Amino acid sequence: MNPARQRRIWMILLILLGAGVATALALTALQQNIQHFFSPSDIAQGKAPVERTFRLGGLVEEGSIERVGEGLTVRFVVTDRFRLQPAEFTGILPDLFREGQSVVAVGRMRDGVFVADEVLAKHDETYMPAEVADAIARARVKQAAEAAGNDGPAVPAAASDDPSTRY
Amino acid sequence: MNALTLWFHRMGSPPTFYAFAERWRPWFLWSGLLLTVVALAWGLFFTPADYLQGDSYRIIYIHVPSAWMGQFVFAVMAVSGFVALVWRIKLAEIVSLASAPIGATFTAIALATGSLWGRPTWGTYWVWDARLTSTLILLFLYFGVIGLSRAIEDRRKAARAAALLAIVGLVNIPIIQYSVYWWNTLHQPSSVRLFRGETTIDPSMLWPLLLMAVATKLYYAWSLLGRAQAMVLEQESGKDWVRQLATADRNA
Repeated sequence: MNPARQRRIWMILLILLGAGVATALALTALQQNIQHFFSPSDIAQGKAPVERTFRLGGLVEEGSIERVGEGLTVRFVVTDRFRLQPAEFTGILPDLFREGQSVVAVGRMRDGVFVADEVLAKHDETYMPAEVADAIARARVKQAAEAAGNDGPAVPAAASDDPSTRY
Repeated sequence: MNALTLWFHRMGSPPTFYAFAERWRPWFLWSGLLLTVVALAWGLFFTPADYLQGDSYRIIYIHVPSAWMGQFVFAVMAVSGFVALVWRIKLAEIVSLASAPIGATFTAIALATGSLWGRPTWGTYWVWDARLTSTLILLFLYFGVIGLSRAIEDRRKAARAAALLAIVGLVNIPIIQYSVYWWNTLHQPSSVRLFRGETTIDPSMLWPLLLMAVATKLYYAWSLLGRAQAMVLEQESGKDWVRQLATADRNA
């Protein structure tokens, strides 16, 4: 290959390398700011900016959703399967909000409770027909029953008890 | 010289390229249209509804292929830009520039459809998470390439400047791809995995998606060749073969 072309190839690769390194450094420096939300573990470890508004992300703990009185206020617990974080929200929740569903909430801490101004549902990467979801849920209940050594009437599992709990 | 290199050298000649594009464009167009119709009909009417999202998940058949194309076209733009910069091949400059509006359109479609899906699913049209933001940056990089190529008077200088921006912008592609793994994002990770991990979309829903991915590439080939033809004619406007083409056209 002629030297002029060779030089141009090296120049371009060098520019690309420079741009890559610069971007990597910038992204590493901004690591905390790029995180869209903090997990309950982050809060426990003091990594979350609890003195101001931030986003909390995690799963809605099973059996934790509780309506307060007649209003729109809902209390629930957000978990990352390591730590629990009680939360409270007044308003209309997204359709996908349910136990075991991933959520991202915007708000701030008040006396150990995360008071949310906005709750968004996070969808995971699983796409499947309802029959498949039901079959998986049934298989799981059966497995659990077998593991417990009793094959009595299985508790009918809701479709929400499925891989969407994966986070 | 092997057959492939020979083919590339022949393609570098404008009249040969023009004839090649003229011959193959209808094939790309009709096969692309046919595949689109089949894939969309399959995806919209013959796949089961999702267990959680119901029917709204069907936007995946537009959203995901468009997002893939946004990144694929950018890569094509950068690679042909690289060839243009190193070997100074005019046709590579043309392919690079002609790709930009197509890729920008696909990226815009991905952003718009994602936003429409986000409203019922997440509860919002837009969030500034890493995946959405890096995709928006991709759109702006396309705008940058288009703008730069129009801002410089000298056509070849413009093409080279735009090519350099496309190459530097390539850094953004892995960021888009891996944003959902590197950071906490509202956007979910990929459902379709080619290399590592398992595909988490049910096979009954997957096939129309893959067909759409092929269909969008055929459309791109058709659109790219058409744009490139127009640019080749403009560039070669004084040459004999173009004049002959024009006279033949008038007589026809």
